Amino acid sequence: MKAWLHRPALWVLPFLVLGLAAQEAGVRLGFIPQVMIAAPTAILGKMPMLVAEEELLERIGLTFGLTFAAAALAILAGVPVGWALHRFRLLNRAYESWFVGLGAAPLILLYPLFLVMFGRNLFTITLMGFMVAVIPVVLKTREGMDGVRPVLIAVGKSFKLSGLRLFWKVQFPAAVPVIFTGIRLGLIVSLINIVALEFLVNIGGLGRLINDLAERFETAAMYGAIGFVVAISVTFFVLTERIELWLRPK
Amino acid sequence: MAAPQVITPAQRWHPQLLRLATLVVLGLAWETASRFNSTLNLAMPSLLMIAKALFAILFDGKFYQHLGITLWQVVASMVVGGLAGVGLGLWGGLKRRFGQAIEPYVYYLAPTPKIIILPVLILMFGVGSGSKIAMGALSCFFPILLSTLAGVWQINPVLIRVGRSFHLSNRQMLTLVYLPAVMRPVITGVRLGLGMAITGVLLSQIRLSNAGLGFLAISAFQTFQVADMYAILILVFALAALANAGVASVERRLGG
Repeated sequence: MKAWLHRPALWVLPFLVLGLAAQEAGVRLGFIPQVMIAAPTAILGKMPMLVAEEELLERIGLTFGLTFAAAALAILAGVPVGWALHRFRLLNRAYESWFVGLGAAPLILLYPLFLVMFGRNLFTITLMGFMVAVIPVVLKTREGMDGVRPVLIAVGKSFKLSGLRLFWKVQFPAAVPVIFTGIRLGLIVSLINIVALEFLVNIGGLGRLINDLAERFETAAMYGAIGFVVAISVTFFVLTERIELWLRPK
Repeated sequence: MAAPQVITPAQRWHPQLLRLATLVVLGLAWETASRFNSTLNLAMPSLLMIAKALFAILFDGKFYQHLGITLWQVVASMVVGGLAGVGLGLWGGLKRRFGQAIEPYVYYLAPTPKIIILPVLILMFGVGSGSKIAMGALSCFFPILLSTLAGVWQINPVLIRVGRSFHLSNRQMLTLVYLPAVMRPVITGVRLGLGMAITGVLLSQIRLSNAGLGFLAISAFQTFQVADMYAILILVFALAALANAGVASVERRLGG
């Protein structure tokens, strides 16, 4: 009971249940048109159909496969670039503002351009996921490398480490928590962009599922799929946040 | 204490030269690919063609009609989403328990892909401006709410105690203490939200619309007017950057 009182977030749950009950009653009594808003029980009833007929699990696998592929490319390209910005200050002074500007720009709007260049396929979706994911990886790698305590580098040098060995044994491990923050941000923006593009271009996994259901006027199933995507995004966000906290120095 | 880093004039110039050289190399690479590869030429029209398309669009009255529709939808979505975000943020900030109750939901729902809700918004508000404004409002609501909530919670308690010691009414406390104190975080939220509102509105126009800059861009794509599409996207990014710079200058004036 005490735990309930000390966690205000839980107080919202009764109101959420009340809201869903009102939605159910509103749809069943005809106050809310069924084509506009589906009853929660009808949405739940569509879940087995989503899994069996719409290949929900395969679509989750595809969307996350694309997200992780984009993030892996972003790490492969972003960590060396971030290191170069740290190592060569001229590069940092020249390009940091470009990376910051690109990070704030609505890059997803460039998708017609990417369709023209690379065609309507999964590679294009992955490439656009990579493009948004690489920016936080670069910036956070540079920040992490800049933040390595000089005493650690001095200790490494006193053990006669230099160049690549100093990087792998000292600098990189010390910068990992900050670099992971960049990877986490990259994963999140990549997932958001990939789902949005799947929806807009009608290709791929979860985003395409919502588009397909909307075009077939399967309102209840569409609400189920949207709820599922929101739930999976939140879970992914929470999990990566936990890993980030675990990696952070205590 | 470390000595302040002195940047010599040469050091100041080198990054600018490097940036210029990068732009020149990228431009030359683009132009070479465009001129000497007939397949790439379809996707990458020459820079001259893009520049011509840009000027033609700027002198075409139709562009300004579409621009007007986009601006109206973005402004309307900022008003709806901004008022809802600031209102709920102030309420949640002042009623701390309420704020603590809603904050985790808002925090975790903020980074979900909003565009997938577009079919629901179309069912609710139709295929016209309503669904685009709703999408823009939904997109900017979360950053504005989170920023306002954090702003109220970070108000210096001394300011609140001074207000109370002068026996200010709740209304006076709101207008004389809370609102001035949260102005900066609200503007920061507005700046973040504006970018999201622009993206939300334009993506909805691209998805289903017959007006607006998003519609113009996707129409150019669908009719293979690739140079026009590049020109429209350049203009869209320039306008988004201009809007962001405008709000950022207000933010700086407020002491950001």
